[in-house]
Amino acid sequence: MNDNLFIVVFAAAIYYGTPLVFAALGEILAERSGVINLGVEGMMLLGAVGACWVATSIDGPAGVVLPIAVVAAMLFAAAGALIHAFLTITLRVNQIISGLALTIFAGVAGVSSYLAGLWDLGQAPVANQFGKMDLLGWGDLPVLGPILFNQTLLTYLSWLLVVLTSIYIFRTRWGLQLRAVGESPQTADSVGVAVQRSRYLHVLAGGAFAGIAGACFSLSILPTWQNGMTLGQGWIALALVIFGFWRPDLMLVGAYLFGGLSSLRYTLQARGVEIPQLFLDSLPYVMTIVVLVVVSNSAARRQLGAPAALGKPYEREER
Amino acid sequence: MVSQPSNTRLRLRFAGIAAVAVLAVVSLVATACSKSSSSGSSGGTVKAAWIYVGPTNDGGWTQAHDNGRKFVATELGGKVKTTYKENVKEAEVAPVIEGLVKDGNTIIFATSYGYAEPMAAAAAKYPNVKFEQATGDLITAGKTTPSNYAEYWGAGEDTLYLSGVAAGRATKNNKIGIEAPFAIPEIIRHINAFVLGAQSVNPAATAKVVWTNDWFNPTAEKQAAESLVSAGVDVIFSHQDSPSAGEVAKANNLPWVGYDSDQSGAYSSVWLTTATYNWGPRYLSRINAVNDKTWKSDNYYGTIADGFTTLATFGTIVSADTKTLINAELTKAKNAGATSFGWYWGQSDRQDQSGAVKIKKGQTLSQKDLYEMSWFVKGVDGTLKN
Repeated sequence: MNDNLFIVVFAAAIYYGTPLVFAALGEILAERSGVINLGVEGMMLLGAVGACWVATSIDGPAGVVLPIAVVAAMLFAAAGALIHAFLTITLRVNQIISGLALTIFAGVAGVSSYLAGLWDLGQAPVANQFGKMDLLGWGDLPVLGPILFNQTLLTYLSWLLVVLTSIYIFRTRWGLQLRAVGESPQTADSVGVAVQRSRYLHVLAGGAFAGIAGACFSLSILPTWQNGMTLGQGWIALALVIFGFWRPDLMLVGAYLFGGLSSLRYTLQARGVEIPQLFLDSLPYVMTIVVLVVVSNSAARRQLGAPAALGKPYEREER
Repeated sequence: MVSQPSNTRLRLRFAGIAAVAVLAVVSLVATACSKSSSSGSSGGTVKAAWIYVGPTNDGGWTQAHDNGRKFVATELGGKVKTTYKENVKEAEVAPVIEGLVKDGNTIIFATSYGYAEPMAAAAAKYPNVKFEQATGDLITAGKTTPSNYAEYWGAGEDTLYLSGVAAGRATKNNKIGIEAPFAIPEIIRHINAFVLGAQSVNPAATAKVVWTNDWFNPTAEKQAAESLVSAGVDVIFSHQDSPSAGEVAKANNLPWVGYDSDQSGAYSSVWLTTATYNWGPRYLSRINAVNDKTWKSDNYYGTIADGFTTLATFGTIVSADTKTLINAELTKAKNAGATSFGWYWGQSDRQDQSGAVKIKKGQTLSQKDLYEMSWFVKGVDGTLKN
């Protein structure tokens, strides 16, 4: 362990920011298509339980078990997202209500904990986990090495996905269609974009990303299952989408800021620096309120550059 | 395109609302899933119920209580019918208690601190049912409680003192890191006992305390442990429910003391030991008392001698010498009598962080003294504010 405070804080910011990056990146995709999904917290727990289940029940080398576990996490969480997609896109239920219902349904007192009980998870740390590794051989670089290049494979994957998603949204034809669906589904529809299909796909992709975020918890941070182990991180991810103005690059900065703050409090405490903890303790709840205020106030949404059709079901007849 | 949209839309909306309702109902059912196990037939059967704050497989607090329930079921066979409710939030316990009374349970064990007030209220309402509250402090605090309400808990600090001995022997730079949830008397006395244990074999040992502000939060627990390591401690004691500090200990190859769960298997390379609890005998004796009609309210404080407080298996890194020393203390405590606890508090003058003497040599502490402890012993580096 490196004792340099600067390095410790920045390396922790990236490690603990990584699940936020995955979850918020997925939510950016869903919201860019016009569907807000407040079920992120619940989907993360579904992903975490799915990943832990695979890692507990399959024996084998890490190179085989871990990819399967991550895919399982994506599928579990996407299954949760499918419920939300069906309710909000096909049945046109209020997106806020459906998302909240999903978080309750999948959350600490719901399906994720039920499955964990059924499969008897959480008895011991999983054998195969994502540890820190020096993938590129740059871990010995001064300062940057320990901060950037001594992270887990999941962190490297998150960087790749942030780059690819940015290119996808802003530099490809599909990304243009996605943005059109989120801004003005009527217009998109009139030029032949399949609005419903686009929304389904991006909500499901958002769920899959949230699943990887869950896997960060059950395969790396704790490396086992405990009921409700994400403890409100999904809500912070939702807020990061807003604070990142629906852009992956800005969101990444925000995620690392939160990851850093969350561990800085203890780092300072251990070094005898007193900081008011109530502020940090209340952050997830304050974030939740901010999210709900912003998403339920159309003027605020416009101001921040949200997709114009965010939260609005698309009904072709109304054209 | 202007065909019959409103009807279809209405139907869709209705289907949507119905689907959300179904989701909600399913999660409620999943939450409130209670299981009962009856062993054998009735006839002089006591119906006993447990209320848990967590799931029965949490690998810690609730699991230990549920092992106690299973112990009772095995010991008494057909003489008892046990039920439990898990994941019961403290704020939502009242209707759960009502339901258990209506189901005909004659003794109810509630196992989280925050259940105490509703349990006492229910005891006043249902005088024919016995109410037993774990970790409550209404009776110790001198509050008036009904005669069918009892409290039970025990001297976990005694086994933490012995764990402290192992930690004091394990540290090389005399800096032990402690992470704990809240600065409340229960945790403060546990930390004090642990540090006194460490200092009993290593007078130079000091402890740095970091508060996580959470009983259970794997991420925060890991971050707190990492912060202690980066501040230079070389032994970790985590008074928390998840094993994530063990992960940090393993990654840095540092000795680790956990809390209330034996992790000697999964973390054998870094594990020292810790305090664990054996609830079964208490449950057995109370249910027997209901059966014999000898049940009386009490304020039980379990000890090493009566088998309530136990020491987890030693890890492989604990030296034979240290094991011998701790086992000798353990034997002494076992022989000291079922109601004796806290033999170490008055072994010498005990100073607080400012150097003021808080316990005089030879003084013994009562349960009430322990329940009100709100100062750190000398050598603890940490504040009493969260």
